[in-house]
Amino acid sequence: MVIAVASGKGGTGKTTVATSLALVASTQRAVRFLDCDVEAPNAALFLKPQMHGRKEVGTLLPVVQESLCTHCGRCAEVCEFHAVAVVGKKTLVFPELCHGCGSCILVCPAKAISERLDVRGVLEAGETASGIDFAQGLMKVGEAMPVPIIRELRRWNVSGRDSFEIRDSPPGASCSVVETLRGADFVLLVTEPTPFGLHDLRQVAEIVRKLNIPSGVVVNRDGIGDGGVDTYCAETGLPILLRIPIRRRLAEALARGVPLVEVAPEYTSALLGVLEFAAATAVS
Amino acid sequence: MKLAITISGKTIDAPFDGRFGRASAFCVIDTETNEWLIRENPALSAVGGAGVQAAQFVAQTGAGAVVSGAFGPNAFVTLQAAKIAMYTAPAGQAFSAQDVLEMFRKNELTKINEASGPSRHGGAR
Amino acid sequence: MKQLTVLSGKGGTGKTSVAAALAHLASQSSFAGRLVLADVDVDAANLELVLRPRRVAVEEFRGGKIAVIDPVACTSWGRCEEVCRFDAVLLSGGCYRVDPLACEGCAACVYQCPSDCITMEDQVAGSYRLSESRYGPLHHAELLPAQENSGKLVTLVKQRARLQALDEDGELVLADGPPGIGCPVIAAASGADLALIVAEPTVAGIHDMRRTIETVEHFGVQAVLCINKADIYPEGTAEIERFCREKGIELVGRIPFDDAVSAAMVAGEPVTEFLPHSDAGRAIVEMWIRIVASVLEGP
Repeated sequence: MVIAVASGKGGTGKTTVATSLALVASTQRAVRFLDCDVEAPNAALFLKPQMHGRKEVGTLLPVVQESLCTHCGRCAEVCEFHAVAVVGKKTLVFPELCHGCGSCILVCPAKAISERLDVRGVLEAGETASGIDFAQGLMKVGEAMPVPIIRELRRWNVSGRDSFEIRDSPPGASCSVVETLRGADFVLLVTEPTPFGLHDLRQVAEIVRKLNIPSGVVVNRDGIGDGGVDTYCAETGLPILLRIPIRRRLAEALARGVPLVEVAPEYTSALLGVLEFAAATAVS
Repeated sequence: MKLAITISGKTIDAPFDGRFGRASAFCVIDTETNEWLIRENPALSAVGGAGVQAAQFVAQTGAGAVVSGAFGPNAFVTLQAAKIAMYTAPAGQAFSAQDVLEMFRKNELTKINEASGPSRHGGAR
Repeated sequence: MKQLTVLSGKGGTGKTSVAAALAHLASQSSFAGRLVLADVDVDAANLELVLRPRRVAVEEFRGGKIAVIDPVACTSWGRCEEVCRFDAVLLSGGCYRVDPLACEGCAACVYQCPSDCITMEDQVAGSYRLSESRYGPLHHAELLPAQENSGKLVTLVKQRARLQALDEDGELVLADGPPGIGCPVIAAASGADLALIVAEPTVAGIHDMRRTIETVEHFGVQAVLCINKADIYPEGTAEIERFCREKGIELVGRIPFDDAVSAAMVAGEPVTEFLPHSDAGRAIVEMWIRIVASVLEGP
């Protein structure tokens, strides 16, 4: 069973909820946690895993062997991203534009193109004190594309365990979120009851609908805004599974990296309830 | 020799365009016969790699030199490989392709030997 | 003409609230009438919720292309599925089809299909919008859900804002930026004269702030920093202050954790307009004065 935690708006408390959900779940079963926010992964700050595995990942870039190349230009013709150019008897590759699709390699009549791994990020695996199997991806600063790293992260299963998986998603509603949510059995949407929270919740809810995955909502910082989110959820039939009221004491503890269920153990049973709901409504 | 000039319109009176990859069009002028042709820039709507695509296009026109406001690293590398000389004219001034041709003839343009600015799609490697 | 982009790294630090307040303050200062606004967080474009502008124009934005298999012509050869590196080709009902949410638009399948039954189709990825707010024109956009945020739409919004400022003798382009450090951030920051990093003093916020500063430096943009919710974790604030001193980054403001910010958001106004005497409001005013004095009007 895979539960993905997403939000749309950044800073609503995805990581806060996802990490505590994992801590609560780990008291009952083996849990795997994937931090898929590869641009800015923060879950490790709360779960504090001991890292024991590392893997460099990236894009497979074409390498042209000039001695075999006939400069026919077919590779440049098929490249949708203009990452290959053939000019003046030279074949040029532009790594930052390349999506690693391999099309140029397939079409080259002279079989002059091979590949090399261009490292764009790193995956790290570890284990937490409570036995959670943890993995995160970290995109290199200066890189542009998070999706290939998230893709590799999802495929990398160091422990080989087939366990209950929780994915912490990046903010927003673009392709990196889709890559994180695809294949999940349930999506937990964490939002804040404000106009910004609502606006961005609509965006990510649209993706969840397109992917046809059941979902539920957690309203974090309840009390700071208005009833817009509640109205939207009622209108669209999105169940609100948990409300976390705004409390300065909570904010201060989270600021220090203390997980929600540690500073406020009273949320344990509510989170167990969320897990039960997810199991009951999940795609089988 | 053919000279390609980036313009922000589709006619001979259109003003000079300071952008290379996403210029509206290129005015290709034969410096000996004064014949000119306007060619729309195919890279204008490219999702990415506009500089590369525009540079390849200029190479296809047979131009020996190109004038724009600045050349990003990918465009620069491609034009250099194609042995096309790069010049810049100051952007933000209202002159036309004809004015640029005059400046070229009088050696008033700046010849470019290295790219300007980082690539919009990530660091140049 | 100067370009100021507000960034953060971590989401939810208060970029949009700060950007809206700065827009309000700029419009009350010598920049009045010479201000162009841009919301380049095209994935979650929230600035208009507190500026409440009037829409002037909308343009469809075409992003990349996706592959479409003709189900009638498909002979189920399966070469498309073999070559697709993005798990975007699925066998369904006896023939192959492309999952539009997974398709990267590379067209490898098009060239490999023996039956030649795959075509590439343009996708409407979102829309570019131009609106008029009480502080100045707002260039913004919205990316449709699940689309690739490649930076192209960000670049379009930025360019339109810049062009308007250049054409109309504008003095300041103020842009509300996206979170993270990837392509959209790079597109938003490149060419800016100044990046204002809104940091929050939490372990997560500090972690992401470092990565954003690295990104901004990598692309040669000058950065200044402000700390939002500055009083919730004093050790965190102290760490950020140390970091700024070490890197020579000017700390232009400390904004306290204040309910007024969300109250203003709900009211659809910048906090400096809605509750000017609030702690947050006054702190932002001080910050604006520092930004103008030391950077925008500096040497």
